[in-house]
Amino acid sequence: MKKFRQELPATLPSFGWLAFFVLAPTLLVLAIAFRETDPAGGIGAGWTIRQFGVFGRKSILVLLWRTIWISGLTTAICLSLALPVAWFLAKVRKEWRPRLLLLIIVPFWTNFLIRVFAWNQILHSEGGLARFLRSIHLLGENDSLLFNSGAVVLVSVYTYLPFAILPLYAAAGKFDFSLLDAARDLGATAFRSFWSVFLPGIRKGITTALVIVFVPMLGSYVVPDLVGGTDGQMIGNKIAQRNFADRNLPAASAMSAILTLAVLAPLLFRRRESNTGSSS
Amino acid sequence: MKSSRMPLITTWLVLAFFYLPIGVLILNSFNLSRFGTTWQGFTFAWYERLLQRDDLWTALMNSLQVAAIASIGAMILGTCAAFALHRYRSRLQISHEILITMPLVLPEILMGMSLLLLFVSLGQQLSLVTVTIAHVTFCISYVTLVVQARLQDFDFQIVDAARDLGATRFQAFRKVVLPLLAPGILAGGLLAFTLSVDDFVVTFFVKGPGADTLPVVIYSMIKKSREFPVINALSTLLLLVTFLAVRASQRLTTQKA
Repeated sequence: MKKFRQELPATLPSFGWLAFFVLAPTLLVLAIAFRETDPAGGIGAGWTIRQFGVFGRKSILVLLWRTIWISGLTTAICLSLALPVAWFLAKVRKEWRPRLLLLIIVPFWTNFLIRVFAWNQILHSEGGLARFLRSIHLLGENDSLLFNSGAVVLVSVYTYLPFAILPLYAAAGKFDFSLLDAARDLGATAFRSFWSVFLPGIRKGITTALVIVFVPMLGSYVVPDLVGGTDGQMIGNKIAQRNFADRNLPAASAMSAILTLAVLAPLLFRRRESNTGSSS
Repeated sequence: MKSSRMPLITTWLVLAFFYLPIGVLILNSFNLSRFGTTWQGFTFAWYERLLQRDDLWTALMNSLQVAAIASIGAMILGTCAAFALHRYRSRLQISHEILITMPLVLPEILMGMSLLLLFVSLGQQLSLVTVTIAHVTFCISYVTLVVQARLQDFDFQIVDAARDLGATRFQAFRKVVLPLLAPGILAGGLLAFTLSVDDFVVTFFVKGPGADTLPVVIYSMIKKSREFPVINALSTLLLLVTFLAVRASQRLTTQKA
């Protein structure tokens, strides 16, 4: 009991703060999703499941599907670029590693919005790149590099790639590369030893990279807003629109509630999996 | 074993990809062209224009003020959390740890949305105060992680030694634990500061009318497609400031070691 008296004052400040400002609001989202819309804006009286009716609408289903494939594609591209980089970083001479890591991190000291904005200029329809592609007929006269889902994927890869590189590098740095030589000596092809020895060896890093890119991508809002145009909108944009343009908080909550469940479900599943894994 | 050149080539291509937009920004901040699409000559005009933008300077002051208060708040709460998580193994700490991880895994838009609903339900006016509260909330977890890493190689026997020599628990904490942990706590605070200055999404949801932070003003400038070159000039300046700050902090840490 004496121990508990010491434990409580150390735990309570952060516990209380986070319970009030993270846990309670998340539950609040789940609750307000079931409230009526107030025509004057805001939260109405009375309870309803009407807000979830939007998920029967085709426009929302299109948006949900796009959110999933854009997030999936971005994650896949990030991982396939980050793997060779992590491999290279792990094998390069020791004194080079900190410098290369710094080179990877430095561009991300700029404000996130400014990085997105830079791409906005590069892909601009009057910009040099678009003009060049038009002159060699790779881009149609009326086509644009900007304001489509391709631009969203490109800029998202740019923003999340370092977050994929770092966990993969951390895992590859601990990998014993002589295992690959052993696999080769035993007759495995280069590809086979990469696939069945290296990849399983850095499995933890891969899972971390997957989660660290895919989960925030599901809630993406700024990138599709600034470079996505109407064809590149994701579910995050719809939440923001219901919020800021229509002030329809219950409708925004219903969509946020679905997103919250989509994000937390795989994490809970992973937790259970790792629990059963450790007990066996 | 013949090693493939593919990883080397990919790494250089990725680095080129990372620096291309930064280069374009810096170049365009000196470009006469209003839309930065072609090079039309060298100018300092956008930097002069930047100096006259009072709204940007007010927003910068707002950002710095919010970040200062939020990082101090997060340093205190995060350090407490790291201590509790490190010293005790109980059911309380398991839920504590889940609470600490939640802000790290929840997408920003959900964090902003849920905090907005909380403030609206409580009838709280949206202002820089609500922004600061939101920033403390997402910064706590990062400070906790940094301080926790520091605690891993902290020898608690020296606390017992201090107590044996007659120090009270408070004295032992203030004179022994705190100075040893200070670099870790400061590093966490620095991280919290940068995260706070950089944040747009959460801020956008919980900000009040009129009280904008720097990213919010930058966003509305981009959104209204106005004064692109001024944003370029601002970005270049910010890049320079961050670069110098990091160089300075690196020099400080290497001198100490």
